[in-house]
Amino acid sequence: MKETLSSVVIKQEWDIVGARQAGRQVSQELGFGSVDQARIATAISELARNIYLYTDEGQITFEEVRDIPKVGLKIVAQDQGPGIKDLSAVMKDGYSTSGGLGAGLPGVKRLMDDFDLESNESGTKVTAIKWAR
Amino acid sequence: MSSIESDMQNYKELLSQYLSTRDEAILYQAEQFSKQSIQQNISPDEIVNVHYEALEEVVPDMDERVRDSFQFLIETMISYGLAYQEHQVLREKQIELRSEIGVAANMQETLLKTTIPTHNSLDIGVKSVPAKEMNGDYHHFITDEDGNIGVAIADVIGKGVPAAFCMSMIKFAMESFLDNDINPQRVLDSLNRVVGRNVEEGMFVTMFYGYYDTTSHQFYYASAGHEPCYILRHDSGEFEEIDAKGLLLGVENLVSYEERQVDIHPGDLIILLTDGVTECRVNDRFIEQDEVLDIINQYAHLDAQEVVEGVFKYFERLQDFQLRDDFTLLVMKRND
Repeated sequence: MKETLSSVVIKQEWDIVGARQAGRQVSQELGFGSVDQARIATAISELARNIYLYTDEGQITFEEVRDIPKVGLKIVAQDQGPGIKDLSAVMKDGYSTSGGLGAGLPGVKRLMDDFDLESNESGTKVTAIKWAR
Repeated sequence: MSSIESDMQNYKELLSQYLSTRDEAILYQAEQFSKQSIQQNISPDEIVNVHYEALEEVVPDMDERVRDSFQFLIETMISYGLAYQEHQVLREKQIELRSEIGVAANMQETLLKTTIPTHNSLDIGVKSVPAKEMNGDYHHFITDEDGNIGVAIADVIGKGVPAAFCMSMIKFAMESFLDNDINPQRVLDSLNRVVGRNVEEGMFVTMFYGYYDTTSHQFYYASAGHEPCYILRHDSGEFEEIDAKGLLLGVENLVSYEERQVDIHPGDLIILLTDGVTECRVNDRFIEQDEVLDIINQYAHLDAQEVVEGVFKYFERLQDFQLRDDFTLLVMKRND
């Protein structure tokens, strides 16, 4: 069963906070603990900031996923930006942290349980799931 | 009970004991707890959460603001947790890389192996020790069918893996030369062409090549920009510098190296070395050349191998057992 719970458009830096807020509310409702809530919020920040920094506009969608008996939160970050040319490079540890840009996509992968990344010239889509413990 | 739950229980007990006793012994156990957590890859944000949950049970009437402040603290710790995990991964990678380099270094040692020739009129000793795992210094012996001995000592400017690659190439180039064509000038002329063709700009190799005629006891030599070498005369006890003009290998394509010769008398020592010996540093000071020669002189009465071992030990100790450059010292002593 999949259900879209909410969706946030990312255009300005301020929207990052909006996305975090929406994500936190959803994760609270799904029963995530404090640390997981904070991790999810950080993952959302990273994804939203990538959209804000590198593209004109994108959106972050939250879905509830069930894999009985587990309940999870699925975050989809989608943009119509120029795409990422070298996917392996951005997924390498140290690629973004060394430049002080934050946790980057490897960080998102660590913060969440499942992670997927698709990118071409017409945009990038990151899908990440966190399962409630 | 999973380990994190049992740790959680343990943490709660430690905390409540500490709050009532303020006992140093409990703090010591907290220290143990943190070490265990590191072993189990538990990140800082997780610890803050454990503390928060324990505190809620130990202090049920906690102020709402204090409670909320933990949410705040956890949030600030998340990135530290990520950095910590990334650090773990990088550390594992480093261990992996190091073991690969270890394998490569062993391979290099096998590839570059050379046997010290035995001849009743010459006693030869060599000590070659890399600063890092892979050696950018190189030495090689060839004996022709008349029993004359060719000796090469070389240094790649630079250290580590690239230098080692370069040395392997030089070794195979030298082996491709005919065994009986070990005339110093011709060897360097040919090697210069090989290096020029195969090595990228910016990598330089210096080499000193000598040829010891075991019948006439003349030592012929040529140098491609290498450190000057020395002869310690038995009669006078004086050092004589032996050097020949020549560009570093690979700088220019058509170079003809100068060849010189010198007579070797009974008891004389021929000393070939790399700049890891002469530019040995203690703190920020380079050791003076005289100091190097003094030390060699002190050991000169011993067997050739004992001379090089003794000199190496002296400089190793002087540099606090951390070589800054590859060290190669080769001594040939004419027997009486």
